Amino acid sequence: MTEIVAQPGSWVPSGMPQFDEAPRYDVRLIREDFPILRRQVNGHPLVYLDSANTSQKPRQVLDVLREHYERHNANVARSVHTLGTESTTAYEAARAKVAAFIGAASPDEIVFTKNSTEAINLVAHSFGVRLRPGDEIVISEMEHHSNIVPWQLLCERTGATLRWFRITDDGRLDLSNLEELVNERTRLVSYVHMSNILGTINPTSAIIARAHEVGAKVLLDCSQSVPHLPVDVAALDADFIAFTGHKMLGPTGIGVLWGRYDLLADMPPFLGGGSMIETVTLEKTTYALPPTRFEAGTPPIAQAIGLGAAVDYLAHLGMPAIAGHERELAAYALEAMATVPGLRIFGPAIPAGRGGTISFALDGIHPHDVGQVLDSLGIQVRVGHHCARPTCVRFGVPAMTRVSFYLYNTTDEVDALVRGLEQVRKVFS
Amino acid sequence: MQFEQLYQEIILDHYKHPHGRGLREPFDAEAHHVNPTCGDEVTIRVRLAGDAIEEISFEGMGCSISLASASVLHDVMSGHTVTDALARHDAFVALMSGRGQVEPDEELLEDGVAFAGVAKYPARVKCALLSWMAFKDATARAVADVAGPVGGTA
Repeated sequence: MTEIVAQPGSWVPSGMPQFDEAPRYDVRLIREDFPILRRQVNGHPLVYLDSANTSQKPRQVLDVLREHYERHNANVARSVHTLGTESTTAYEAARAKVAAFIGAASPDEIVFTKNSTEAINLVAHSFGVRLRPGDEIVISEMEHHSNIVPWQLLCERTGATLRWFRITDDGRLDLSNLEELVNERTRLVSYVHMSNILGTINPTSAIIARAHEVGAKVLLDCSQSVPHLPVDVAALDADFIAFTGHKMLGPTGIGVLWGRYDLLADMPPFLGGGSMIETVTLEKTTYALPPTRFEAGTPPIAQAIGLGAAVDYLAHLGMPAIAGHERELAAYALEAMATVPGLRIFGPAIPAGRGGTISFALDGIHPHDVGQVLDSLGIQVRVGHHCARPTCVRFGVPAMTRVSFYLYNTTDEVDALVRGLEQVRKVFS
Repeated sequence: MQFEQLYQEIILDHYKHPHGRGLREPFDAEAHHVNPTCGDEVTIRVRLAGDAIEEISFEGMGCSISLASASVLHDVMSGHTVTDALARHDAFVALMSGRGQVEPDEELLEDGVAFAGVAKYPARVKCALLSWMAFKDATARAVADVAGPVGGTA
């Protein structure tokens, strides 16, 4: 494992003793770990504000990927040779790292998938297969399409009914009808822990307690929370969580489903194929125990190992320090963006109960145009409906512009964004 | 700078002062097209007089490129025969698919030549083509309705 340059707690801004206690790191040193951040885009230094879409990768992760392919590459779980053993050991070590990172009871509760979408579809098939007409699934108006469409499809297959929490004007979940919405017919509540579009961090204890009270299970879409916040599945008391590697410094092609072991053990397979079996005859197959039961075929081996390296990096910096850094950036950005005439923020306008993802409209200028002008200045933002079209409809717009921060972003980059927005207004005024 | 090739003055003019915006009655056919990646929408209405395009009107929500191209479409197509209009349509599609390598024909495309720069931005080509594709659909329906024995609106 290569060394990490920045040490947690090694840097406190001068004259700010009140921050002595908070865990923090020197973002300037962190940026040295990310080769892409030295790039120029359209003649300007890259300002990457699209980490909610996909994060950049530190060289510690890139090195592990290269080393795996150059020195250890072999298929997993089926070879007696040295390379196969090394590969299998590294793959399973990654599973253990991910388990420890989210406080899972055992590595056997970690199922590697392709991404969050596949993790949610796995639950929709293997858990959802037992649903019947009259059963209800509860989601929210704030969901990414990956936490809407699998449930619509499941309802079509089983005759179950889909219901949802509404969003308040402030961009929070409306829990006023929690008792009615989550009731004795509810089998599953599946909602987003942190919104990919509004940045809202949603409450968990009240919803999960109510769901368990009526015997329903809870799946949290943690695609945006696990990369940015300390997440402990034992403390959350959820039943399943889904997240993806590429949003947390890891490679694309690797995602995670965490599930309580007894639930996973009670679920039939999702995809059938190699690896997931116990014994096969031409008439009948019996299945392996979780997590292997849900990992048919050759898995994304290098990607899982790369995710393990990403988890090492995040754990070394410390999730409290990362969350603190992004909270400061969000507060700074909300204040700075409020100075731009004609800018309207969707979602929580105060830096409490939200993460560093901020969507906005500017003066009736279409997000495509906002994004294009910002790109000409090297600033990379996301535009469109963010795969959360119902949320856009809720706020009466076809599309939004979104900036999203990560552990490597700086207040200088927020300043560049605000200057860029002035430029946008100049072009389209 | 490449960026200025994208947002030509002509395009910004059409965006700020669009021609043909606001759906008109009567019409022979209309088509509604959506860009699923960004949620942009446009409705195009066409009215024929004989074999000529008598009127084109549109309504929509979208970026400057998509709204300006609808305005240019209105100017380029109005008053021309259907055959002529489809030739212009093909020329515009060829220009937009040309990755900046196609020399635009100003005689055919008029202000449409300003979109030559858009062809260098693959992410924006769909924006420019949205209303033109809807126009082709609407015109085909109008021709079928006017020629065919069965009436009805599209």
